[in-house]
Amino acid sequence: MKRIYLDYGSSTPVDPAVMDEMKPFFMEKFGNASSIHEYGKDAFYAIEDAREKVADIINAKSDEIIFTSGGTESDNLAIKGITFKNKKKKESKGYNIITSEIEHPAVLETCKYLEKIGYSVRYLPVDKYGLVDLEELEKSISDDTFLITIMFANNEIGTIEPVKEIGKIANKHNVIFHTDAVQAIGKVSIDVNSLNIDMLSISSHKIYGPKGCGALYIKKGTKIQTVQHGGGHESGLRSSTYNTPGIVGLGKACELSKKRMKKDNQYMTKLRDHLIEKVLKIEESFLNGHPKKRLSNNAHFRFSAIEGESLNMMLNDKGIAAATGSACSSKKLRASHVLTGIGLKPEQAHGSLRLTFGRQTKEEEIEYTAKVLPDLVTKLRKMSPLWNK
Amino acid sequence: MTNMYTEKVLDHFRNPRNMGEIKNPDGFGKVGNPTCGDVMAIYIKVKNNRIADIKFQTFGCAAAIASSSIATELVKGKTLEEAEKLTRDDVAKELGGLPDVKMHCSNLASDALKEAIKDYREKNKK
Repeated sequence: MKRIYLDYGSSTPVDPAVMDEMKPFFMEKFGNASSIHEYGKDAFYAIEDAREKVADIINAKSDEIIFTSGGTESDNLAIKGITFKNKKKKESKGYNIITSEIEHPAVLETCKYLEKIGYSVRYLPVDKYGLVDLEELEKSISDDTFLITIMFANNEIGTIEPVKEIGKIANKHNVIFHTDAVQAIGKVSIDVNSLNIDMLSISSHKIYGPKGCGALYIKKGTKIQTVQHGGGHESGLRSSTYNTPGIVGLGKACELSKKRMKKDNQYMTKLRDHLIEKVLKIEESFLNGHPKKRLSNNAHFRFSAIEGESLNMMLNDKGIAAATGSACSSKKLRASHVLTGIGLKPEQAHGSLRLTFGRQTKEEEIEYTAKVLPDLVTKLRKMSPLWNK
Repeated sequence: MTNMYTEKVLDHFRNPRNMGEIKNPDGFGKVGNPTCGDVMAIYIKVKNNRIADIKFQTFGCAAAIASSSIATELVKGKTLEEAEKLTRDDVAKELGGLPDVKMHCSNLASDALKEAIKDYREKNKK
């Protein structure tokens, strides 16, 4: 059976040009970038070249980029690194960290951990589209606040947050602003300077780079403490021997993404809007997330009276790879915090379906998906005691 | 996703047995709640103290659907006393096992059946 991959939000295939760039760094140019010999130099210069390319996609300077093992590590380093540098005042009453209810677990769980060890965290509510409440944000800031961490774009429903406004507020109150831009990179044009972003997390495998590599942008002058001690790599901020092939791959992936961004976005927006239009013809189907302020490659739906894991398995039987936010598909058997965060009842959240596309997605694949989906929804509704039509 | 289920689970998920509803059932049982993700309804027809016909409806994951499907197969034709003895372990075992987090699904199938039998008995109290 022909297989159709509509889960680019989970991971992307490595671009052939990225693969070509990485190849020499496994066997020929395998040296440790910290060594002074020629092998080391080969790796060192390749890493510095990659650093420039990563910096370039967000209009940063190359010495403001730290390489990590991925989005999760970048988020951990940013949030813990700032928190441990800014020790909590004993008598502090206000919030130390402000985040949102719909962050990725890498941010949310890190914040919960910091709460456990004594810091106070404000989880901002979002509206029905998933947009953070800016008034609440500003009201939550006090002299005790040292960090705002709010995602650039949501990984489930694709909503793009008002980052510019958040940056302004953070800047006005002199609070450090970190954003998890793992989903936004390559899809949204980002200038960290004009957006007042102090820290930004990047993941390689979401932008056609290899897994196990990421980066953290740290604006020059930002006071941050390391959370990983060792040989003192990356200006002492992130010890660990350089993952040269991964870093080279990430650099190339950023270069390609920047170059292709406009074209990619035009194409994916067209696919997205076409798919949304077709799918919403299904009775009692709804779009999750914002109709306009959303990632170009994200279509997120819910269908009443059916359950998402079942729907995903049926799609899989038809060759289509998708994702869901249903409780049944999670290890914790709890509905997605993002979907309950935008005000959906758990039973509404169960019937969710995320379709995310990429460069390789073909128009006929979208057509095929739009064609088979209604029958699968009907089939599951026939089985459902909650469907009374 | 699918690789965590046995072939038997997938078979019952793809081709559910006895799926649907019975108009004017002799017994009806519905358990679970939409909040936790599964709702199961079982309809039975009883003749000479045996389950003559049985149908189910399920809102839930593949494990929930397969559990209801196999439960109906296991008790069809059985006496009410035999059917009542069906446990979650019987359901899971018959499916060749279920992932740990999905064990509660098999529980719901046997619970829904017990509710349906209880309903039948209450309606037929003399």
